[in-house]
Amino acid sequence: MSQLVLFNVFNGLIVGAFYALMALGLSLILNLSGVINFAHGGFLALGAYFAYALIPFVGFWGALVVAPVLVAVLGLGVERVLIRPLYGADPLYSLLLTFGLAYILEDMTRFVWGAQSVPFQAPAILMTPLSGDYFFLTGYRLFMIAIVAAAVGGLFAVLNYTRLGTRIRAGVRDLETVSTLGVNVRILRNLNFGFGIYLAGLAGVLAAGLLGLSPTIGANLIMPSFVAIIVGGLGSLLGTLLGGLLIGVASGLAAVYVPSASEAVIYVMMGLVLLVRPRGLLGEEGRVH
Amino acid sequence: MSLVRARGLDVLIAAALLSMPFWMAAIGGYTELATRVLVMGLAAMSLNFLLGFTGVLSFGHAAYFGLGAYGAAMAIKYLEAGTIPAIAFGVAAATVAAAIIGALIVRRRGVYFAMVTIAFGQVFYFLAFRWNSVTGGDDGLTGWHRQPLDLGFATLDIFRNDKAFYYFVLVVFALCVAAMAQLIASPFGRTLLAIRENERRARFLGVPIENRIWLSFVISCFFVSAAGALYALLNNFTDPRALRFDLSGNLVIMAVMGGMRSFWGPLIGAGIFVALQDYVSSHTQNWMSVIGLVFVLVVRFFPRGVLGALRRGRPA
Repeated sequence: MSQLVLFNVFNGLIVGAFYALMALGLSLILNLSGVINFAHGGFLALGAYFAYALIPFVGFWGALVVAPVLVAVLGLGVERVLIRPLYGADPLYSLLLTFGLAYILEDMTRFVWGAQSVPFQAPAILMTPLSGDYFFLTGYRLFMIAIVAAAVGGLFAVLNYTRLGTRIRAGVRDLETVSTLGVNVRILRNLNFGFGIYLAGLAGVLAAGLLGLSPTIGANLIMPSFVAIIVGGLGSLLGTLLGGLLIGVASGLAAVYVPSASEAVIYVMMGLVLLVRPRGLLGEEGRVH
Repeated sequence: MSLVRARGLDVLIAAALLSMPFWMAAIGGYTELATRVLVMGLAAMSLNFLLGFTGVLSFGHAAYFGLGAYGAAMAIKYLEAGTIPAIAFGVAAATVAAAIIGALIVRRRGVYFAMVTIAFGQVFYFLAFRWNSVTGGDDGLTGWHRQPLDLGFATLDIFRNDKAFYYFVLVVFALCVAAMAQLIASPFGRTLLAIRENERRARFLGVPIENRIWLSFVISCFFVSAAGALYALLNNFTDPRALRFDLSGNLVIMAVMGGMRSFWGPLIGAGIFVALQDYVSSHTQNWMSVIGLVFVLVVRFFPRGVLGALRRGRPA
């Protein structure tokens, strides 16, 4: 029993890491640009499928590096052409636009790669269990955690120690002032969007190796990512990270005791958070609109 | 006042709806499609009570639509309820849920409100999806059908007669729409418009903002769940897709496409959307791309919707 619990907590932690990676990208875009990127799941799926298409040529490791970058470049283009004109408008419009984009991305991946799931193999070296007793501790899972940790570490390093990161953080506080100080806000938002999409693409490649790859992979992961942001607190990236891990573990634990509630439990958590601490775990008061 | 000015449009729409089953076939449709336009039109207009007339963006109305659908379906299947009690049951279930969830989210604003409504919408989707023994799970709730309507002096067979069912739906539609029009024209409705135009000023004038937004949310969900119940009756079936977030998005685009600042706009948007979806999905596998493209095009080139664009030239 304890092994089962451990297994599910561990599993939940990994799933939570996906949620967090995806939610961090969503959060970045939401905080700076006020856009809920509903197409985030579509970009995630695209990252996974790009990797699937690239693996025969550059191998898993090459695909892990290249695919997220390709998706990010696509994201830069989408932001430039479709989303930039909507910044001044009611947030309703950007939400609707990305919602439509999510439809298109999902349908296009289905059109190109088929509606059935495709085999997505991580390297064999990563798939062997490391321990006989704890069969679930495969190299791939540890590797995944390492990559997610590296990505999150990299994100926080960029935000805290580079000029671009400083500008993004300042822009989240007060975009107008940042603009007045001579920063090109258009480019800033563009890069920030691409950065968020990169994280989605990376999450896609990693998730495909663990969960399998089908066109709905993105749609299945986006809702928990919203919950992660709300639980963690709007405006706080650290909160988003915490929220993602927390709901992952919670749904993992629920899978042991009440399997049919493993999805619903995260929404119950969200309800509780909104009831007891409406701004979210690490959200700042007054930044909630 | 805008209600008085729009009288001509009211008459036009009433005439069109009353005669719809008769000209639908002539333009390549069928009675069931006409009924679906009415049902989705009611849902989109109900959403617009909140979106267009209170200025609050809910992206999770499918939850209440679906609760109405499941409530009505279960009442008929398990309680052997008649058609009207079944609708009442669905509406009551959804309204209670909306009252509770509304109280949790009413302090959120803008994108945050939208995000919380999206996320909460999914709870009921997973409930319906997972609770196999009661909801039928992914396969949906089957093995029931709408009951003939006992009027006391006569029985109306809305089960076998498509047109009779259409007119039954039209009566419910008319009652709901008239109630919404009354609410919008009332002093209460005026405070909602005041919140939409300038929340801070409304607050200074003493309008209890949170209470009004909560009420508007619950009223909107009340009517949208009536549409959901009718939708289940229309199909004699309901499944988790009636609760899923894509339906929420579709309702919003219907409202925007028709013109969310006008009373009838969402009905027109629903008509366009339902007809388009019906046509495209029978002609191409890639209908999702077409619908997605409609979203993008409406947002980029047609943000004021059909009625909004028509009114543009006129003095406000």
